[in-house]
Amino acid sequence: MTNTKKNAQVILLHPNDNILVCVAHIYAGDEIFIDGQAVGMLKDIEVGHKLARRPLVVSDKIYRYGAPIGSMTQAARIGEHVHMHNMQSDYIPSHTRTRQNKDRSEAQ
Amino acid sequence: MSDRVSFQGYARQDGRKGIRNVIVVAYLVECAHHVTRRIVTLANDTDVQLIGFPGCYPNQYAYEMMCAVSTHPNVGGALLISLGCESMNRDKLLEDIRASGRPAELLVIQEAGGTKSTITAGVAAIARIKAEADKAPRVPMDLSELIVGTICGGSDGTSGISANPAVGRCFDALVQANATCIFEETGELIGCETIMADRAVTPELGAEIEACVAKAESYYRIMGFGSFAPGNADGGLTTMEEKSMGAYSKSGSSPISGLIKPGDIPPTGGLYLLDVVPDGEPRFGFPNISDNAEIIELIACGSHVILFTTGRGSVVGSAISPVIKVCANPETYRRLSEDMDVNAGRILEGEATLDEVGEEILQNVIDVASGKRSVSEELGHQEFILTYKSFEPIGPSCLPVRLVG
Repeated sequence: MTNTKKNAQVILLHPNDNILVCVAHIYAGDEIFIDGQAVGMLKDIEVGHKLARRPLVVSDKIYRYGAPIGSMTQAARIGEHVHMHNMQSDYIPSHTRTRQNKDRSEAQ
Repeated sequence: MSDRVSFQGYARQDGRKGIRNVIVVAYLVECAHHVTRRIVTLANDTDVQLIGFPGCYPNQYAYEMMCAVSTHPNVGGALLISLGCESMNRDKLLEDIRASGRPAELLVIQEAGGTKSTITAGVAAIARIKAEADKAPRVPMDLSELIVGTICGGSDGTSGISANPAVGRCFDALVQANATCIFEETGELIGCETIMADRAVTPELGAEIEACVAKAESYYRIMGFGSFAPGNADGGLTTMEEKSMGAYSKSGSSPISGLIKPGDIPPTGGLYLLDVVPDGEPRFGFPNISDNAEIIELIACGSHVILFTTGRGSVVGSAISPVIKVCANPETYRRLSEDMDVNAGRILEGEATLDEVGEEILQNVIDVASGKRSVSEELGHQEFILTYKSFEPIGPSCLPVRLVG
């Protein structure tokens, strides 16, 4: 577990990961550094949530802990929130309080 | 260091030792629940605890679980409350508990004269059972005689970074001291089957582990939902396999010595995986309707203590075995500190390392085994859930340690 340069707000869990994990609340307007590059944050991101370490395209596998945890259903910019609106499981669908059917993704 | 740790346990006839001396008061069908609960309330004793099975139809798993938890080393005696017409084999259960050397009594409401009469008789029975249970000899108990189970509940995106790997560090230290550690919920290990199989002590056990995760995936697929709650998504987890990778880190890095099912007692020290997903076609619903159903299965496998990691913030404890809560998320810890034993969120704020928190969890295990009440115990949490399930016995490849042991 290493901190990406100067950031106490995000951590990189494995060198092969293409996402970072938020460990202190990120506010819209914050600037964070991703691999040395300053990225302006457009939206709030909560603790425990993921953001793109690099630009991601549809079908990209997402790596966390160096292991695949699902695939993108939408493209994401560097620094963008990666969650149910733009990625999905490669195994079994996840449900939320409002979406309890067998759709593969929130993004339909 | 930790292999020399010892504390005072309660000696049981089967050679096992307990860290508590609980009297369980068990309803054998929901129709006896009220009477049983009143007896427990009137006993007004932290160590007189309510357990039970609500169903009227027979179920071998439920019988075996009731028997396993009533003869758990943390239990010193039992009072069974039957309505009178349910299927649970009350006479055999009473006989099995007595055969384990524990004081046990049975009251049948239909014979005892009804609600008030049974409550009065029950309160008197508790006094007799407790007096007998208090005679259990205290003996030195070594860390290697301890069984520790782990579960995660209310996981979020921080669980797999802080609390779960810290429990993994604690598990590594316990296994090093030849204690027994159990991790579980094969439905929450979907995606980890290959790396997990590589840690098995034999290739045959590895194949069994892969097969049991495949069973879990197929079971959950038929149910239409993964083991994934809306709160997991609120906390930043997106997929089942992401949750799995985080959950998996609770297991630490020791070799996996065996695959067990609810009620199986691990034969030696080491790390074991508990398969909680029923065998055969889905018949009775979700494998575990909530966290306490898994906790009770860990306890039925002999767990003296449960390490419960949480990100969103669970407050539960359990009947029979103390639950130690390890909070993964620093923001959750600040909100719910009154329910937490360990703040693993410090790891995310750079205030502690995984090793330091792992050591702190181990110290909590030793303290609780030595008699200190965990936070959930102190707060009176004694949750218990038991529902219908069916299992086939484990296969011959599941416990290779038996062969060398």
